[in-house]
Amino acid sequence: MKKTGTYQFASKPSIVSTAVSVGPLEKVSPFHPHFDFIYEDERIGQETNEKGHSQLIEDTCNMAVTKGGFQLQDIDLLLAGDLVNEMTPTNFAARQLATPFMGMFSACATSVSSLITASFFLETKLMDKVMFGAASQHNAVERQFRYPIEYGAQKPPTGQWTVTGGGYGILSHHQTGKPYVHSATIGQVMDCECTDPLDMGSAMAPAAFDTIQKHLAQNKGTSYDFVMTGDLGKNGFSILQELIKSSGVSSYLVDNYRDAGAEFYGNEEKFLSGASGAGCSATVYYGPIYAELLAGKWKKILLVATGALLSPLSFQQGETIPCIAHAVELSME
Amino acid sequence: MDAESYQKTVDQIAPKRPVLLNCMKAFLTGGIICAIGQLVSFVFMYFFSFTERTASNPSVATMVFLSMVLTGFGIYKKIGQFGGAGSAVPVTGFGNAVISAAIEHKSEGFILGVGVNMFKLAGPVIVYGVFSAFVVALIKTILVKMGVISW
Amino acid sequence: MIVSVIIAFIVGGLVCVIGQLLFDVAKLTPAHTLSLMVVIGSVLDGFGLYEPFIDFAGAGATIPITSFGNSLTHGALQEAEKHGFIGVLTGMFEVTSSGISAAIIFGVIAAILFKSKGKVS
Repeated sequence: MKKTGTYQFASKPSIVSTAVSVGPLEKVSPFHPHFDFIYEDERIGQETNEKGHSQLIEDTCNMAVTKGGFQLQDIDLLLAGDLVNEMTPTNFAARQLATPFMGMFSACATSVSSLITASFFLETKLMDKVMFGAASQHNAVERQFRYPIEYGAQKPPTGQWTVTGGGYGILSHHQTGKPYVHSATIGQVMDCECTDPLDMGSAMAPAAFDTIQKHLAQNKGTSYDFVMTGDLGKNGFSILQELIKSSGVSSYLVDNYRDAGAEFYGNEEKFLSGASGAGCSATVYYGPIYAELLAGKWKKILLVATGALLSPLSFQQGETIPCIAHAVELSME
Repeated sequence: MDAESYQKTVDQIAPKRPVLLNCMKAFLTGGIICAIGQLVSFVFMYFFSFTERTASNPSVATMVFLSMVLTGFGIYKKIGQFGGAGSAVPVTGFGNAVISAAIEHKSEGFILGVGVNMFKLAGPVIVYGVFSAFVVALIKTILVKMGVISW
Repeated sequence: MIVSVIIAFIVGGLVCVIGQLLFDVAKLTPAHTLSLMVVIGSVLDGFGLYEPFIDFAGAGATIPITSFGNSLTHGALQEAEKHGFIGVLTGMFEVTSSGISAAIIFGVIAAILFKSKGKVS
């Protein structure tokens, strides 16, 4: 039988600490009360966008360590990534943090793929504390994937706005009173032949749908507070809902679907279809959603981060946009 | 899920580009830019003794200067989101393409950044403008030499 | 004078509408659209149609990027008339220096003066 990529973690590793920081523009987000730090400068006070990106990662990781009452030397491994070429912002931040480090790339799904990987390491009991997460910086990502920031290109209504922000957490052995990782589904790459780089939501929705379907099929009878995708945006999220409706997946006791990208900037029309970027799901999942789990508002949720696996080169060479989605089920006792 | 039926779902759900509205905005934006260009060329004709024909060169340069100011203060990209082709097609849009790339790549230095990347958006316009002009002029010259047409 | 400004407005606006249709209906990128419009301008001059267009529309014809193609062809043809085939190569930038030189000069000045800001539009 074909593997579904779904795993349960018997040791129930807990997320013991998280930290989230964002850029100045993200102040408008309805989630902003749960962001630990909002920078006044979009370059985080650095000379270049990439340096600022790196600084944001370094600061936020340090914050996650401090908030948990740990020290950097307690961290067995840092698993993190971003969207910039060769992931220099994360690599350079890891140079400063000087913990054992492995880079993770799943595009905007890195927030969850890093948490899933961390859960496996914890399950082996070889490690005690693994830091995971992802970040993006608007300017650094846009200039690489699209146009110079000051170029006056018209974005269509399906366009999304890359978030400046990062979210990091520390996963450790099970602790009562902390949300834990119950299970996860490792997604497979899906390609429905979408080609428009200004419509990522449509490209990513099938991957999200596939992963959700697989995860729910392995967990029949489980009741979820909600299932939240990463950065489909308003357009991709409506398509996902249509896919779910027409397939009858909602019969698995889930009737509440949400999308971090669609909710991130509220109803501000100038952000078009909503937010995207590795920092979108990372900041929402490990900021507001984590805080609400911790407060006991939610008991069981499924987080499905989505990533579009394209590069400017692959687009120029006429390739379609393959996408991936990874799901992680968090529980709170 | 097969790609073909999925694309149909996308076509049904994804918001369409508001073509008519976009065209009206492009008309308005482009029209205003060209009207400003016309006023600028009057200035060159009445105050600097240019003729109707020769005024176009300094007017174009002036428009590119205005484009630099608007690009530098982050205004041109807002005009671009509103006006679409209305701000991309006039020479100010060409200026914006060059200038925005120059500003963006300052962080990689003036030679490898600004110098190398300045024409990364506007380059094709020059390349294919020059090449098509070459082909057109060559064909016309051949036809004239053959006596098919005259200058 | 008012009349020529109005004509420039209408004609320039219409040229931009063609560009917008290439964006939205033909789904071309800005780079493809502008390249195509430059080629159209240069071909029109080959048929001797662009100069009458400028006489009619003024800035409505000289400000859109199509005029760049026109002036390249026009320069090449002027020199070709004087010097034959060599002129096709050498005359290219005779007429049209200002757009490119202004873009380069102001580009470098802008790079010295400004930094990009990612504010939402």
